[in-house]
Amino acid sequence: MDKSRKKEKKKSISYAKWGYYFIIPFFIVYAIFTLYPQILTIYNSFFEYYRDGLNIIGPRFVGLGNYAKLFETNTAGYVPIVRYTMNTAILWVIGAVPQFLVAMLLALFFTSTRLNIRGQQFFKTVIYMPNLIMASAFSMLFFTMFSQVGPINQLLISWGVVDKAINFLAIKISVRSLIALMNFLMWFGNTTILLMAGIQGIDEALFESARLDGSSSTQVFFHITMPLLMPIFIYVFITSMIGGIQMFDVPQVLTNGKGTPDNTSTTLIMYLNNFLGLSKNYGMAGALSVLLFIMTAILSSFVFKTIRKK
Amino acid sequence: MKKNANAIAKLKLLISRIVVYGILIFLTFLCLFFFYLMFINSSRSNAQLQAGFTMIPGGNAMKNFLNAWNDGSINIPTGMKNSFIVAICSALLTSYFSALTAYGTYVYNFRFKNAVHLFILAIMMIPSQVSTVGFIQLAYKYHLTNKLWLLIIPSIAAPAVYFYMRQYLEATLPLEMVEAARIDGSNEFKIFNQIVLPIMKPAVAVQMIFSFVGSWNNYFMPALLLNDAQKKTVPVMIATLRSADYSKFDMGKVYMLMVMAILPVMVIYTILSKSIIKGVTSGSVKG
Repeated sequence: MDKSRKKEKKKSISYAKWGYYFIIPFFIVYAIFTLYPQILTIYNSFFEYYRDGLNIIGPRFVGLGNYAKLFETNTAGYVPIVRYTMNTAILWVIGAVPQFLVAMLLALFFTSTRLNIRGQQFFKTVIYMPNLIMASAFSMLFFTMFSQVGPINQLLISWGVVDKAINFLAIKISVRSLIALMNFLMWFGNTTILLMAGIQGIDEALFESARLDGSSSTQVFFHITMPLLMPIFIYVFITSMIGGIQMFDVPQVLTNGKGTPDNTSTTLIMYLNNFLGLSKNYGMAGALSVLLFIMTAILSSFVFKTIRKK
Repeated sequence: MKKNANAIAKLKLLISRIVVYGILIFLTFLCLFFFYLMFINSSRSNAQLQAGFTMIPGGNAMKNFLNAWNDGSINIPTGMKNSFIVAICSALLTSYFSALTAYGTYVYNFRFKNAVHLFILAIMMIPSQVSTVGFIQLAYKYHLTNKLWLLIIPSIAAPAVYFYMRQYLEATLPLEMVEAARIDGSNEFKIFNQIVLPIMKPAVAVQMIFSFVGSWNNYFMPALLLNDAQKKTVPVMIATLRSADYSKFDMGKVYMLMVMAILPVMVIYTILSKSIIKGVTSGSVKG
């Protein structure tokens, strides 16, 4: 007994080193290409460090100076980070609300045995497709479609809806709506498929017995489906929020990086991107990244909890 | 009476079916409309496009294609080559090394096994933008901008892919199988490459597809790193199209360039849509 145990222990020790061999490439690459840059980002955030023409200013330690600067009012009379956070939040909300409503509805349709929807594979294939399309090309496509000489304006004029082409990119509401529409189209299929899988994971017997008790479908939805779907719903919802914070390609390409009109469609990552352009303002970019990290970390901790629960 | 109630229930079902199919068809239309228009417009000449809106192809597709392909200022063939290099290499590296890492923490009982697993889960949620500033700084410092491998190598450490592979292993790989292979005298690397990897084929395939699509579409990082026209990837080129002087453009060519940017992924999707859609759900948490 004792002997065999000893032998077993020896065996597991002799294989353990292989575990390290197998995970080492991951950690070397992670350390060099992710961890070290992350530390450098945080380090930068405490320094004044940027390029002014051909001169490099700094690095000079400024403590929390960059963070304070992020919250200063600019010459146009607003605090950039506040405006851009609001923009990002608004753009996410007006895309995500219809996204989740439609996805929830479709997930219920697809899983309903009563409705017994045919052609599910076809519908799923079509609604998921925009998710895989290159966001920058999709955005460029929308730009050409909605430009002043584009097909949408041609259509509106030929129908007599308007008599002069609308400059969609100069109107706050239309720019935001276009971005939201693109995000909606890109993500509602994905959300549908995830919620559907969640509903299918619920024990069929629960629905069966509720039906035998004569519950209405609304009752079933609010008392069985929704409570049991909650963990997955929260997971999908928060992942979507984290994705929202990272919104970049669509507004960047649609507005050519300008966030027209008057920076009302500039997102946080577009702001970050501006710091990393010609000015190479590593200090301010670092401070902004740290703030983004804190925002995401708070949201992620919720996701992490739901994963761990499993 | 009962017959009547039955008829009403049937009518109700019919109406709700009509409404549901109506909604589905509307959403299908919405998803396809813009892409359909893109394909149509890519086959029309600039003059046809200026003339007005139509849903019928224009017969100018080949000419637009040649114009787009041979445009020296955009150089889409080079862009597609670069994009393919980055996307294929990333797909191979990320799926192989994630499987390797997942196997490492799943099969072997080393001291920090659980700590390592939890650590990778924790870093999974850190957005890549946090490392961007430092990454860009280092790339400029060591003169590594315009190096495609800089976009490829980091994909070896992909926490989300690791998570997926680990879940797949837990569900499909019995540890006895590894034991049995050991008795046969195989060494550990051989066991992984010759026995485990074939078992993981479906997971590897799904992750390769997602990784390929992800890097093919990636815009943020390449736009910051690549400024040499010979090294640009497709999304960076598409974005320069947006910033160019728009009014002078042959629009047929512009639509064709967008078709070229999107087409590779669309082709992959039409062939593999079933397994891709399955892959969407299996990667996330299950209830």
